[in-house]
Amino acid sequence: MKIPSNITTLIAGIVLTLVSLWVGKNHGLLPVAASEEAALVDGLFNTMMTISTGLFFIVEGVLVYSIFRFRRRPGDNTDGPPTHGNVPLEILWTAIPAVIILIIGVYSFEVYNSMGGLDPMAAHGHSMQQARKMPGSAIAATLDENTQQAAPTPTEQIADGVGASPDKSANPNLEVNVTGLQFAWIFAYPDSGVTSGELHVPTGREVKLNISANDVIHAFWVPEFRLKQDAIPGRTTELRFTPKTVGTYPVICAELCGSYHGGMKTQVIVQTPEEFDAWVQSQQEVASAENLDRALAINPQAMSTGEFLAPYAGEMGITSDTLEQLHASHHHQF
Amino acid sequence: MEPADLAAREHEESGTNWRKFFGFSTDHKVIGIQYLVTSFFFYLIGGALASAVRTELATPDADFVSPDLYNSLFTIHATVMIFLWIVPAATGGFGNYLIPLMIGARDMAFPRLNAVAFWMIPPAGILLMSSFFVGAAGSGWTSYPPLSIINGSKAGEFIWILSVLLLGTSSILGAVNFFVTILKMRIPGMGLNQMPLFCWAMLAASALILIGTPVLAGALILLSFDLIAGTAFFNPTGGGDPVVYQHMFWFYSHPAVYIMILPVFGMISEIIPAHARKPIFGYRAIAYSSLAISFLGLIVWAHHMFTSGTPAWLRMFFMIATMIIAVPTGIKVFSWLATIWGGKLRLNSAMIFGMGFISMFVVGGLSGIMVASVPFDIHVHDTYFIVAHLHYVLFGGSVFGLYGALYHWFPKMTGRMMNETWGKVHFALTFIGFNMCFLPMHKLGLEGMPRRVAMYDPKFTALNVVCTVGSYILAVSTIPFLVNAAWSWLRGPKAPDNPWQALTLEWMTSSPPPVENFYKDPVLASGPYDYGMVNALVIRQKMMKGKEATTERKTPSGIPLNQLKASDLLGGSSSIVQSASDAEVEAQTLQDEDPMLSGGPNSVLRAKPDPEEAVNPDDRQDS
Repeated sequence: MKIPSNITTLIAGIVLTLVSLWVGKNHGLLPVAASEEAALVDGLFNTMMTISTGLFFIVEGVLVYSIFRFRRRPGDNTDGPPTHGNVPLEILWTAIPAVIILIIGVYSFEVYNSMGGLDPMAAHGHSMQQARKMPGSAIAATLDENTQQAAPTPTEQIADGVGASPDKSANPNLEVNVTGLQFAWIFAYPDSGVTSGELHVPTGREVKLNISANDVIHAFWVPEFRLKQDAIPGRTTELRFTPKTVGTYPVICAELCGSYHGGMKTQVIVQTPEEFDAWVQSQQEVASAENLDRALAINPQAMSTGEFLAPYAGEMGITSDTLEQLHASHHHQF
Repeated sequence: MEPADLAAREHEESGTNWRKFFGFSTDHKVIGIQYLVTSFFFYLIGGALASAVRTELATPDADFVSPDLYNSLFTIHATVMIFLWIVPAATGGFGNYLIPLMIGARDMAFPRLNAVAFWMIPPAGILLMSSFFVGAAGSGWTSYPPLSIINGSKAGEFIWILSVLLLGTSSILGAVNFFVTILKMRIPGMGLNQMPLFCWAMLAASALILIGTPVLAGALILLSFDLIAGTAFFNPTGGGDPVVYQHMFWFYSHPAVYIMILPVFGMISEIIPAHARKPIFGYRAIAYSSLAISFLGLIVWAHHMFTSGTPAWLRMFFMIATMIIAVPTGIKVFSWLATIWGGKLRLNSAMIFGMGFISMFVVGGLSGIMVASVPFDIHVHDTYFIVAHLHYVLFGGSVFGLYGALYHWFPKMTGRMMNETWGKVHFALTFIGFNMCFLPMHKLGLEGMPRRVAMYDPKFTALNVVCTVGSYILAVSTIPFLVNAAWSWLRGPKAPDNPWQALTLEWMTSSPPPVENFYKDPVLASGPYDYGMVNALVIRQKMMKGKEATTERKTPSGIPLNQLKASDLLGGSSSIVQSASDAEVEAQTLQDEDPMLSGGPNSVLRAKPDPEEAVNPDDRQDS
């Protein structure tokens, strides 16, 4: 082939590289990164985006160039050159994808490791004793299991998901038990006894979510944290992350869970540590107030029928007069 | 140039005989067309369901259909597109039609089994559609328990299981047939490395079907027990494990992706060299990379489960294995590009769909490498990014390839040419509609829109409207194709035997080919892709002369060969083997006297070598 195009090829290569690098940095496809781990994932995505852009333009460029350069000229019914292959070229384009996936693979592994992805396995091996929390399960009903769940120790707990990153301590700053059910999330803070429909987390402190489900499989997803974990009935999974940016972000169910799957969402509110502590305090007050209410509630089985019905009769506006009238009409009939 | 009278006569015969397409025929060509027409019909139904899904998603609220019905719509859409369109069209349709022709056989190894495999599809499809009357399955095509056990109508879910089991069985029966046919029925002289690449691809896909589909059947049977018998294989309330189902399901359903794309890779490897007028670049690399993809496809299934509680080390294994698939796939893409490079491209409808396939599939391939990476997949799993990725692979890949193949082999199948202008209109509409519909979904997924939702955050409305408009363009794009195909089949200009001057064996017979495919047993005189080589044309002309000389040949029972029907050979007691007087036939003892049941090198359905032109020296007689 005539190549005055050494220079053209070089320039095209440089332009392609620059465009790819620019796209990798400025694609603007990802939402704000609100956790420390999110930045790692973004770096990985930007790299993959750079490489993909380059490959994409090479393939499309060859196709578009061929359409114009190699289209059949009218009246030309001959065949093209009988090139059956070219071994060095084929080795080259076997090697290029191999090297690219090696780079992406090693980079992914690094990111995964520093996010803590390898931790759940390293910490506790694969125990067959999976925490079965399903109501109605004969195995789950044993006292032994229940006490274990009340105070889970890191060595006994099954944890699939994303765990502690290597540079973090084994014990997180804040633990939250997350339960998915059709079609809501419940967040329980075992340290403070608070239960909430929204997830409140402080910045700069490592949070560990113990995720489970009551009915079907759900998936806990916060796009701004780049974290997702299925909530699987019958086992507990974990997610660890460190919130970074103050704000309110959606918590989305990402696994089809029934008719209103699309409506199963709530919020995660990332607060400064002070705001977070204030929120916990206020919730504890509300909770204790609720407890007082509950203590005042009457046990209906300890009451006679009259005592039990009295307040309802009052609400319905039944007085002794109406009862008298009832009696009167009763007598008239006979 | 080409003798058109033969084709015309043949067409008249099939014209009076259109009823054979509605009956139980054992002719692989009839079965192939039955597969294609049936699956295209279901493609239209699946497309209608998709349009309903996109209409619902035009607004953020669930206002077009009820949320339950919406779940059924996308569940049945996916099931139809996978099990009733791409798999039967790519393997059943083109596989059946092309494999015996390409390897020079007179039919498939097991013709009756072949017909049985096809006739399982219409009942299964009708069953699936009828489930809308009892509340169709709505737990996604993955049908994960425990949702699928408790969600909606049990009848609908059970019908779904039943019809997928039927379709899976049909697919297994077809795969057995392809496997035996390709390995045992090639004309002498055609070694594995002389096969057209489509045969390699079908070999790889059939292996996947045979290994994977029984596992899916196992998973679905256990699921049906959980559903109707109250067992707890996958139900955690009884101590079952829902993740086990996911392993069993994806052990088939990831290879299913390759079952859908490998045959299309094969078709592209046929279409590109024929219209670029160049030999395929790196035949062996493409052939063996199909096998590599087939093998690797079996050990990557858990990449669908990175967020479902898969142990960490396992995630790393499946990440690496998945990424390695990029290497054989990359080899294929680069080889196709090198085939195009420097050729003399005939940019007809088949070719532009073929090139469209490469340009769109590469997007799906690149996003595929991205989602193989565990940390990134944790973010995008079960989002619209995945929806975009899978449609770039299965629509931009498989469906573009299938359209290309339809344009490429339509003249062979029907004896008529399609209209090129409308073909290009069809391509333009499909290309624009497809990209409008699926490109914005990448961004939607990255920003936080999960898949399988009827209602979504109003901030995503604008992009969703673009997607919906794109889907309508896509729906409209099928109209030019349908009209063009129907009109061309009835009234199109007569097709010559070899309109594309291609070199594979299916072009060496008339269009459409007669029953039993060849007037004279074909010989392999040139490689399948010897474009631009001096002797290829000479040999082709020689073969054409040979064909004309033998059109008047008759079967031993006296029926002219070019008017032969399958029933003449296969029905009744007089098999051609018994009545043949040639001594050489005596030597070819069949394993079984009934040609229906016989296979292997001695099958009557297998072609005999021509001593003058045979490529294999053993079959050549120098005298």
